[in-house]
Amino acid sequence: MTELSAHLPQFQHGQLTENFPDNHLSNTNDNSERRRHDNSERRRNDNPESETNGQPQNNIQQVVEQDEEEDEELTLKYGAKHVIMLFVPVTLCMVVVVATIKSVSFYTRKDGQLIYTPFTEETETVGQRALNSILNAAIMISVIIVMTILLVVLYKYRCYKVIHGWLIISSLLLLFFFSFIYLGEVFKTYNVAMDYITLALMIWNFGVVGMICIHWKGPLRLQQAYLIMISALMALVFIKYLPEWTAWLILAVISVYDLVAVLCPKGPLRMLVETAQERNETLFPALIYSSTMVWLVNMAEEDPEAQRKASKNSTYDKQANQAQNEDAEADDGGFSQEWQQQRDSRIGPIESTPESRAAVQALPSNSQTSEDPEERGVKLGLGDFIFYSVLVGKASATASGDWNTTLACFVAILIGLCLTLLLLAIFKKALPALPISITFGLVFYFATDNLVQPFMDQLAFHQFYI
Amino acid sequence: MGAAVFFGCAGIAFGPALALVLLTVAAEPLRVIILVAGAFFWLVSLLLASLIWFISVHLSDQEDSKLQYGLLVFGAAVSVLLQEVFRFAYFKLLKKADEGLAMISEDGRSPISLKQMAYVSGLSFGIISGVFSVINILADSIGPGIVGIHGDSPYYFITSAFLTMALVFLHTFWGVIFFDACEKRRYWCLGLVVASHLVTSGLTFLNPWYEASLVPIYIITVCMGVWAFFTAGGSFRNVLKCLSCKQEEDNRVMMYSALQVPFED
Repeated sequence: MTELSAHLPQFQHGQLTENFPDNHLSNTNDNSERRRHDNSERRRNDNPESETNGQPQNNIQQVVEQDEEEDEELTLKYGAKHVIMLFVPVTLCMVVVVATIKSVSFYTRKDGQLIYTPFTEETETVGQRALNSILNAAIMISVIIVMTILLVVLYKYRCYKVIHGWLIISSLLLLFFFSFIYLGEVFKTYNVAMDYITLALMIWNFGVVGMICIHWKGPLRLQQAYLIMISALMALVFIKYLPEWTAWLILAVISVYDLVAVLCPKGPLRMLVETAQERNETLFPALIYSSTMVWLVNMAEEDPEAQRKASKNSTYDKQANQAQNEDAEADDGGFSQEWQQQRDSRIGPIESTPESRAAVQALPSNSQTSEDPEERGVKLGLGDFIFYSVLVGKASATASGDWNTTLACFVAILIGLCLTLLLLAIFKKALPALPISITFGLVFYFATDNLVQPFMDQLAFHQFYI
Repeated sequence: MGAAVFFGCAGIAFGPALALVLLTVAAEPLRVIILVAGAFFWLVSLLLASLIWFISVHLSDQEDSKLQYGLLVFGAAVSVLLQEVFRFAYFKLLKKADEGLAMISEDGRSPISLKQMAYVSGLSFGIISGVFSVINILADSIGPGIVGIHGDSPYYFITSAFLTMALVFLHTFWGVIFFDACEKRRYWCLGLVVASHLVTSGLTFLNPWYEASLVPIYIITVCMGVWAFFTAGGSFRNVLKCLSCKQEEDNRVMMYSALQVPFED
């Protein structure tokens, strides 16, 4: 697919991913699907699929190349915007987690551990504790590796139904059960009386709208909000059930694993991404946060008229995109005479029929060019959100430096994300989002907690300012 | 103590900073990134300074309180110097980024000027410095307690808030002056900025004698503010023009080819 690589829209598809397994409760159906990688090409593949509905597949090479040059120039300008598009949700997720940790004591109370971390950390000696935490981390990582490989195998052998079922069950668990517990604990903290009927109605509405937004269609902002909420819920579960040393070790090991799994040629996540690329498919929109609309693969299977109307009235805000496409073809929306003439002159008279459309979609897509660069988005896997929030949440829960440590970790993670996006702009392929951020986060956590906090404490005691 | 003190002190300490961020930084993605990166640089400088202080404390006699006090002063001085070093490092980084942005952009101009970057970086240093100094104090002010029950000053919270506000402004002004000095290679300006930072930090050692610390610090802040204003290109005429709110005639020339108004810096 050299043609595709020729016009690599820079940086939009941020891959970044990293997901992480699920809910570690005794539920065996956990989705390690959480783990995913998005690949930079995906977006490219996604678009054409939906764009080829009535979109001229007659993107001529010259047009392509010219746009490509413009694209290159516009990279950094739009790069900053994409960084902010990820800063905001990551910040929101972390704010939700920190706010919950600081107010609801349930999530800092020790109520046992998950079955994936069977060894306790309440031991007599430090050595024993270290050993236990290493064993816990090892078990957790092996579970993750097994789940990822299982996912890749399922995907490779096209067992989509199993994967979808898995995803749906885990989203159901998160959206209904975990949010029920969360709401219950928040009510307990603020001593709010609530009857079961109202509660059932609230949870039902929250959950059903969430399922629809995440797995089917919904307004972009609502979908993003739900993804942030479920990431926060998942992160809170980890913060609660992972003992301290185990949590830090797991964070460290999982960023190494992420690095290996995404970059090594035989890494499971890289294979997943490449398989998706070969098949020109999207990877489960339910587990990836996208800063722009997600294009569904099956949008092309309907009546062309309805298709055009649907594409105009879609709940995703593609108006800008549509407008851009229209501008590019100098028509007013769809198959106008000029467009048809233009098309005919380029590729000969062809009737646009559902069959031809389907045939076109089967072709490798190369129609990025008329897309407004501003509409390209970046994607980040939910696992990344979860682990960033776990780091910051744990910092706020257990650090002696309290807010200083939390803020230092927060800044470190944001800078790591910024650097990762910069690398993405340079390398233009799927990259792991965890390693840099988690490394910075861990370094800043331990350094701030042990070095900066005593210093600032002493300074504040004497009211010295530096 | 309580919510009133918390909100009041938080407002005093961070009100101007928040307003500046919301009005000038939040809308532009590039400036937000510069803000966060500036905070990162300041944090790294603080980390190194704390490391030095920590090592010096652990190598010394922990029981000797005069020595510990001396080491704290030493740590504060080292921290100030390191902050300025990292401000310089950030200047270098931003200069390079500016050139890169100019190269990549459509019309050969960087989307953000060095002066704007100086302002945002100064603001970022100010905000993170202020936050790190005062956030734990603010968090404690929500809870119950009596201030100064052991003979310390009862004005701890409010003076901390005012000091923080001064610090935010100071860092912003220092950022503007510093970057301009580095750009124009006026090393005496640089030295003056570093010296005034050291003096400001030193004045806080006079706390709780607030008349001797707060008042001079505010005088320094105002002076730095005026200096930064003139460095950034402000003038008395600009102020008058701004205040008079006169409708200025548009006597700018339209360039036909680009159909754009020529940029005025």
